[in-house]
Amino acid sequence: MTTLDARHLSKNYQIRGTGLRGATLRAVDDVSLLVRPGESVALVGESGSGKSTIAKMLIRLVEPTAGDVTLDGEHIGTGRRATKAYRKRVQMVFQDPFSSLNPSLPIRHQLARPLRIHGIVRTRAEEERELHRLLDSVNLGPAAEILAKYPHELSGGQRQRIAIARALAPRPEVLIADEPVSMLDVSIRLEILQLLDDLKRERNLAVLYITHDLATARHFSTQIVVMRHGRVVERGPSSAVILDPIHPYTQLLVRAAPDPHSEPFVIDPDRHHASPDVLVSEADPGPADGRHWARAWADDAAVTELLAGV
Amino acid sequence: MSFTQQELADPDLSGSEPDAGPPRTGFFRATGRATGRRRTSRGWKFWVGLAVCVFFAVVAIVAPFLVPNPNQSSPVGLQPPSAAHWFGTTNIGQDVFGQVVAGTSGSVVIGVVAGAITVVLSMIFGVGGAFLGGFWDNASSLVSNVFLVIPGLPLLIIVTDYVESRDIVVIAVVIALVSWAGAARVLRAQTLSVRSRDYVDAARVASESNWRIMLREILPNLMPIIASQFVFGALGAILAEAGLSFLGLGAPGGKSWGSILFFAQNAQAITLGAWWWFVPPGLCIAILGAALGLINFSIDERINPRLRTAAIAKRSRSSRPKGAAA
Amino acid sequence: MSEPLLRIRDLTVDYATDRPVRAVDGVSLDIHPGEIVGLAGESGCGKSTLAYTITRLLQAPAEISGGSIEWRREDGGTTDILGLGGRELRAFRWQEISMVFQGAMNALNPVHRIGPQIEDVFLDHRAGLNKAERRERAAELLRTVGIPVDRLRSYPHELSGGMRQRVMIAMALALRPRLIIMDEPTTALDVVVQRNILEEIDRLRSEFGFAVLFITHDLGLLLEISDRVGVMLSGRLVEENTPHALLDGAGHDYTRHLLSSFPSLRGDTPITGTRYVDRGPATPREEARA
Repeated sequence: MTTLDARHLSKNYQIRGTGLRGATLRAVDDVSLLVRPGESVALVGESGSGKSTIAKMLIRLVEPTAGDVTLDGEHIGTGRRATKAYRKRVQMVFQDPFSSLNPSLPIRHQLARPLRIHGIVRTRAEEERELHRLLDSVNLGPAAEILAKYPHELSGGQRQRIAIARALAPRPEVLIADEPVSMLDVSIRLEILQLLDDLKRERNLAVLYITHDLATARHFSTQIVVMRHGRVVERGPSSAVILDPIHPYTQLLVRAAPDPHSEPFVIDPDRHHASPDVLVSEADPGPADGRHWARAWADDAAVTELLAGV
Repeated sequence: MSFTQQELADPDLSGSEPDAGPPRTGFFRATGRATGRRRTSRGWKFWVGLAVCVFFAVVAIVAPFLVPNPNQSSPVGLQPPSAAHWFGTTNIGQDVFGQVVAGTSGSVVIGVVAGAITVVLSMIFGVGGAFLGGFWDNASSLVSNVFLVIPGLPLLIIVTDYVESRDIVVIAVVIALVSWAGAARVLRAQTLSVRSRDYVDAARVASESNWRIMLREILPNLMPIIASQFVFGALGAILAEAGLSFLGLGAPGGKSWGSILFFAQNAQAITLGAWWWFVPPGLCIAILGAALGLINFSIDERINPRLRTAAIAKRSRSSRPKGAAA
Repeated sequence: MSEPLLRIRDLTVDYATDRPVRAVDGVSLDIHPGEIVGLAGESGCGKSTLAYTITRLLQAPAEISGGSIEWRREDGGTTDILGLGGRELRAFRWQEISMVFQGAMNALNPVHRIGPQIEDVFLDHRAGLNKAERRERAAELLRTVGIPVDRLRSYPHELSGGMRQRVMIAMALALRPRLIIMDEPTTALDVVVQRNILEEIDRLRSEFGFAVLFITHDLGLLLEISDRVGVMLSGRLVEENTPHALLDGAGHDYTRHLLSSFPSLRGDTPITGTRYVDRGPATPREEARA
């Protein structure tokens, strides 16, 4: 099984400012991630934090400005063939179940294509069997009925299951789930996340769970990486980051998240003094050993402003 | 294949933030579901428009058999409609009805040929450019913008003057060359929109080849717009040709409705009060134009479900009294 | 408890489409002065339709098929909201009840500056203010919601999402209504901004004393800010109680299911991924009320 190791990923965009002056937008700024087989790492951040850009870089829809990604320590080339081989091993579940499936094609076609493209099946019979198996693995049935339908005839939850099935078709080893449930009805979100969790365990997948929802990040992932404005500001074991958040931004997130079951969270910028095991430094040591780390914020005017607003 | 639900759910169309999503309340679901299968039963515009177009097309095809000799003159000139001549006669005794029927083929051919050429050119420069992106997109945009800026009618006049042949098909080609650019811009915009949708990204992630993505993912979702552009092109061409013929620049020999108007104008039909000469061809142009317009409206309603619900709203407002407390 | 400000009784709203849909099914709800009532439910449950019915903003094919909505005026008498029409309705709207819409980003006209858009409220509803007075009132409103006054000259796209939302709230407050209906006002906002806006709403409520009907799918949020919470499913109000009572042990199955969909962030509530099937209106015993 495969470990996904992304080192020092960066993505810069040139934006046209007023007049002829251009400015560089650092959408992603030196981010490193490590996801091991059977493990789920949560990438948490608000809109504009760069988490979706990272997803696109990891799936090769967008080219990184800097940094590299290795699978089990080996670099994968950038040619067409290499990219295809890469995508056989790294797949993605998209956020929007309403627009990630082509509305004019039946489900059968949308699931069969990846099977054919990556040579998972070669004959009609094999295809049929594999399609049934795929639908079974995402708890959708009866297969014959579902395969014949068009996306608009399925509910949001069903469509997302199809999206997951499509991602699983090439038998990948790494799964990137980009906000897989944020556009679904609240009461079916946990079902889908539970499904992803079961699949992760059954197939020993390395899962990167991208979300803005801290609660599900804590419950479904072992590691949490918190991003803000393209940079990692805190990372560590899920419970540590949630119960003992160090960086002011993380503390703000924890306070802001609705949690009627618990007492209101109190922000304390000096919390790290009470937790000697936590690393606080400007340099991101990377995900190497899963230690709890927070980026130093002493001279960060934006963070000071954030804290003042509390 | 229903575009209704897709467009209903399409964040682009509903205009809301991606996170909030389109309002998926019972209202929208009801409309989508209700019309998804039976959309054509409420599409009277489509059927009426199609029926009229088919009617004219059939007339165009059988015209040579129906009226073998439309230009045959007779001694009785400028006669009002009668049993012998349903639409009366021209100043040299030609049967106006026969002329109109014969003219149908000219106008219909113009519409079809010009519409087809418009679609082909706009797809090459609009869809092709947008899909390939980068240099090709810039180049195609440049070409379409140039053609867009060139004034249509003067160019049309110059080109028809220059081209010696006055064949109906040639006229159609010239009209199409002048008017394809607008359609190209529309298709380009739509292609860019479709190209940025998740399912195209998903196809790329599934390692589909570019060609397949174009054919299977993008084109089917462009069909309504392309159909609409064809209808627009045909409509515009028929009207343009009528205008050209009226100015005397069209195909000679009275092979279209426009040329009938030309001759009528030349022979002072209006001052002479010979309404039966210019009203029928004018009416035919108007009716065929309206039919094409109706088809386009029905395509619009299919693409934009909000127009459909506006129709429902109007209908229920007129048939039921305003709801008040029980 | 004091007399209810708004009394909804057996309200029923249908959509007269090819296959008619009952969007609101016999809903009865009271809102008292100064309280925050939360209305939770998922897409299609009818909560937005209910909101639009109260403010009489429904459009065909929606039809009010039954029930009543009564409003208690300051002089003690009641107004039948469903019977209002024409000028009375216009006078009523925004002065007594105002609304903050879902997708406030799109409710602001992108080609006009903020100032004129706020001033519009005064133009439409309260004649007799001259231009200078209107401008002063608009500035005062911005100050109330914590936006620098120089932003009156900004265009909507120059403001952040949170700021635009505050502008919408300012506009809703303009005529000092006694009830503000908020339909998913923070759904598209980042969670930190959302928390700020909620705190703002609470502060304004303390200052001006208006009641709030807060509609959202985020039940967890409602439990934190509301005085009472109602849960809607398929057009019916299946439960209504205080947050405390609901957290202790909700009566209706669906509410329990909805509650379990929000895992506790810092607590230890285990996750259950069960499926809920709506079996239609239950026996009166099951649909418990406060």
